[in-house]
Amino acid sequence: MLAYIVRRVWQMVPTLFGVMLLLFVLFNWVGGDPSYILAGKNLSAEALAGIRQQLGLDLPLPQQFLIFVRQVLTLDFGTSWSTQQPVSALLHSRIGPSLLLTGSMLLLGTVLAIAIAALVAYRRGSLTDRLVTLIATCAMSVSALVYIIAGQYWLAFKGGWFPIMGWSDSTLDNLLHYLPLPLLLGVIVGLAPDIRFYRSCFVEELGHDYVRTARAKGLSEPVIMLKHVLRNAMIPVVTSLMMSLPYLMMGAMLLETFFGIPGMGKEVVMAVERSDFPVIKAITIYIALATMLFNLLTDIVYKLIDPRVQLH
Amino acid sequence: MPHSSPPPAAPHPHNSLTRIGWRRLRRDRVGFAALCIVGAYLLLALAAWSGLVASHWQDEVAHPYAPPTLFAGSAPHHLELDAADIDAADRRAASAAAQDSSGATGLSADEDPLAADLAAAEQQSAQYRSAGQARADSLPLGADQRGRDVLQKLLQGSATSLQVGIAGALLALAIGTVLGALSGYFGGLLDDLLMWGYSVFTSVPDMLLLLAFAAVSGRGIGTVVLVMAFTSWTGTFRLMRAEFLKHKGRDYVRAADAIGAGHGRRMFHHILPNVGHLLLVQFSMLTVALIKYEAILSFLGFGVGVTQVSWGAMLAEAPAELLQGYWWQMLAVTLCMSLLVTAFSLLADSLRDALDPKVK
Repeated sequence: MLAYIVRRVWQMVPTLFGVMLLLFVLFNWVGGDPSYILAGKNLSAEALAGIRQQLGLDLPLPQQFLIFVRQVLTLDFGTSWSTQQPVSALLHSRIGPSLLLTGSMLLLGTVLAIAIAALVAYRRGSLTDRLVTLIATCAMSVSALVYIIAGQYWLAFKGGWFPIMGWSDSTLDNLLHYLPLPLLLGVIVGLAPDIRFYRSCFVEELGHDYVRTARAKGLSEPVIMLKHVLRNAMIPVVTSLMMSLPYLMMGAMLLETFFGIPGMGKEVVMAVERSDFPVIKAITIYIALATMLFNLLTDIVYKLIDPRVQLH
Repeated sequence: MPHSSPPPAAPHPHNSLTRIGWRRLRRDRVGFAALCIVGAYLLLALAAWSGLVASHWQDEVAHPYAPPTLFAGSAPHHLELDAADIDAADRRAASAAAQDSSGATGLSADEDPLAADLAAAEQQSAQYRSAGQARADSLPLGADQRGRDVLQKLLQGSATSLQVGIAGALLALAIGTVLGALSGYFGGLLDDLLMWGYSVFTSVPDMLLLLAFAAVSGRGIGTVVLVMAFTSWTGTFRLMRAEFLKHKGRDYVRAADAIGAGHGRRMFHHILPNVGHLLLVQFSMLTVALIKYEAILSFLGFGVGVTQVSWGAMLAEAPAELLQGYWWQMLAVTLCMSLLVTAFSLLADSLRDALDPKVK
């Protein structure tokens, strides 16, 4: 097991190097010269040269790449171009709201989706099952944008049940006041695809021989569902949940933008709008690292909950 | 399989998978209906793209926010001020301020440095003030802020969104297939290198990668297509790599080798037709995903250019319109987009069933 983990961590090195190379090519080569953006209206040859020197853009490309590698290794990405804040401090203040929103979304969404999926899978072929599948298919076809626009308009603006947007410094205030509507809309958007996926997991397990055996020995239906089927169906569910964890860090971009939540997703959108390359680079590196770590963790958890799996 | 020669006594000499699949798809009522809907959208998009319909979507043919014809009575009314109203208001303000003769600026005509310029500008604009065409009070699907016909915008926007989705999916499919074929067929060092690229691209979430690409590239349909293709080839790559790995040792490929077919011919003339049905399913799923991504990108302002219209660009106008009670543009886009996305998803499901060689 330890050898496996060490080998997997070792394999992350070339991948991380690749991500750095990709970002470097994108921002230092394809992206063109950012000093024109930074110089703004006071465009003069000295100002441009000064900015280039400050950013190290007058150095040859390999040397610029080394600077970027050093930034990644020390996790110090310098200062944001638009606000002059240190990038690490900026991201540190953005991660909390994102985790609060996406974490509660994941928790509530998963519990709801598993409950509904287990119910419809158990009564598969019935009217309820077909109705839920049909509604889920239709719900998935509507763009997430529409849910958010309509929800914000009718539930917050017209209905007045929720604040239209905003965020405060106190977690309690956020939880009670500002979080519920984004949370509700996020859960609604994510529910349909989850129900469809989890339903297929449950239906597959229900067709196995051990379910028939359990019925034949006279076990009650709740025991079969909860003790036998649920535990086996949880294997793909837990795997997909683990895989979605790095996205928690990324935050819910659209929800944060609409509801003015100062999280990572909103930060990404604003950074792209302002061409704030250091912030985009830093977020991408962090998310890539998290994705790689959670992929490893997923495989380990997979092994722990399913003894049939062999890691190699 | 298309390339194993059929036994001479076979009752259906041309019973290829494509043919069986087509027959199954025609029997599948839902799948066939979905195919018809997608086909209708494609025809409309082609018509809009070639300028047959909706080529004048930018014309301001109605009053701003003219309601849909059916709801002309109940819809909220937009109060429009024209030049005469503004003149009247100006005169009222002028007569009220006549005592100190300073007007709106608080300066007399001699002191105001811009007065001469303003008078000249007014004279000039009077030359160009035309009677203008008569503007409609209501349109089948209503009008937007500038009085453009929502129906025409919708047709043009559908064409753009479909164009972006389909072109992006085709390009992503091409990249994924070629790289996956090379990787699976040749293996070795090339495979290691391409798998490294795959792991790099999959370690960054799609949306973040899209935005990172969008940050350095400009706006416009071509750029969006390229950005989407570069970020979404990974699924096809993985699929094709596994398929080519599986097929390269099969008897028919070894037979092709024996009669002297080169690597390229074996890969793309012999193996590719045998895995093509998977590409068709992959294509419909990718198109749906890219149409949804395009809507979000254009909404955030990183998508199509400002002189183009797409579903995302139309949805971007929706929040401000809703606040004033003008719901028609958002409803039209939502229905139009949902119908296509549902049809494409159902088509993907039906294609998967119809083209599954294991099902008899």
